[in-house]
Amino acid sequence: MTETWIDAGAADDVDSEDVMRFDHAGRTYALYRTDDDRYFATDGLCTHEQVHLADGLVMGTIIECPKHNGRFDFTTGAAKGAPVCVNLATYPLRVEGGRLKLRVS
Amino acid sequence: MRVVVIGAGEAGVRVCVALREQGFDGELALIGEERRLPYERPPLSKGALLAGDAPVIADARRFADLGVDFLSGVAATAIDRATRRVNLSDGGSRAYDKLVIATGARPRRLDLSGADSCLTLRTQEDMLVLRERLREGARAVIVGAGFIGLELAATMRAQGCAVTVVEAAGHVLQRATPPDISALVEARHRAEGVDILLGAGVAGFESACVHLTDGSRLRADFILLGVGAVPEVTLARDAGLALDNGIAVDSRLITSDSDILAVGDCASFPHPLFGGRRLRLEAWRNAFDQGVFAARSLMGAQDLYQAIPWFWSDQYDRCLQIAGVPEAGVRTILRELGEGARLLFHLANDGRLVAVGGWGALGQIAKEVRIGEMLIARGATPDPEALASPSAKLKGML
Repeated sequence: MTETWIDAGAADDVDSEDVMRFDHAGRTYALYRTDDDRYFATDGLCTHEQVHLADGLVMGTIIECPKHNGRFDFTTGAAKGAPVCVNLATYPLRVEGGRLKLRVS
Repeated sequence: MRVVVIGAGEAGVRVCVALREQGFDGELALIGEERRLPYERPPLSKGALLAGDAPVIADARRFADLGVDFLSGVAATAIDRATRRVNLSDGGSRAYDKLVIATGARPRRLDLSGADSCLTLRTQEDMLVLRERLREGARAVIVGAGFIGLELAATMRAQGCAVTVVEAAGHVLQRATPPDISALVEARHRAEGVDILLGAGVAGFESACVHLTDGSRLRADFILLGVGAVPEVTLARDAGLALDNGIAVDSRLITSDSDILAVGDCASFPHPLFGGRRLRLEAWRNAFDQGVFAARSLMGAQDLYQAIPWFWSDQYDRCLQIAGVPEAGVRTILRELGEGARLLFHLANDGRLVAVGGWGALGQIAKEVRIGEMLIARGATPDPEALASPSAKLKGML
């Protein structure tokens, strides 16, 4: 499997303790920034009913789906209780010279 | 301990799942009148109406894993409180130590000539009947501009139907939404080509015609009633349980019989954050939250149910969300979000935030309404000027 790091925008495009949608090659991702400036990436759609997680609220390291309030820890992708029970896929995300680099496989 | 749950909608299923998650190891039976797996109702008026089935909440394997005895296509016909048994339509009965009633609500009918020929939407069966009528160019008349009526209007427009909505009140969403929001909803429907008749009374129906009280007539290929729902309380009433706009429960969701709880659309409960005001909510989130809470209550938790009421509706590419109890407010503060999106905050006499509503793209309003919900739960008294200012971050008020 080839490793590809793609540019996903400026690091400052994501607010502190917030999330941003990023689409690439027919897929949608959610890019997160914690309040201490760590960055994470997951699949963009909730595993419950395909709602864009970037429309949801970030509290600490939890992203909450804007429709049914399903919660995930975006640092691990772990589902944190009903109604979501399927974990989110996560992707490596790093900052290089103020740019976000997302690894897609 | 044996627990029997009557009603296999969101609330009833959630009671079962949450009981097991909390370690309940007794017998657990779920009685579902519809002959199918439990499903989510919100999509019935939206995406599911166009194709496919409503999403299933739990399938046979999940029930097996959970150790839930799911009786499908069986109705509860009576509750015998003296012997603590539920009688079933198949001639059998189930003994219980604790009973949960989650019988939901049914569409309100109108006592008018010809009303029986009108369609309503509550179940997957109703949805399949309606789907057959959704042809390009079909003329639909929807009576009632509430959530169901307007969601259906949007979905029917997507199918190319000609849609007329008839509403007795002076504005749409009259029961749930103040004019500052509902005016935007109405404008969007009109822009999509929906004909909305406000202040219009219905006198009666014929098979292909709605008669209005002003003497005019609307031709229709089909007519759908969206005039609210009535709580399904027949079993509870026959069993002598206290009623008050639904099955009356206390703050632990317990009925006038300490061995019987009620949850979801059928239950009315006092809300401690709103002066003990009794609420009955027909909403997915309420069904979910009360299902989980009832399981905790059955397991002995003593805390009070005080989840903030929360609704959503999807129409076209827009979303409406309301958290809290707008009627508990005495003044409103408007925040314009641009692109026709708006937040509306409701403050009580003492400045406490009691409700927030939003209309716009999901990404414009969902986070803000969710933060508003948390502010309501904390009894926050946010600065009205900041609430009105789009540049003041709500998150900073937490």
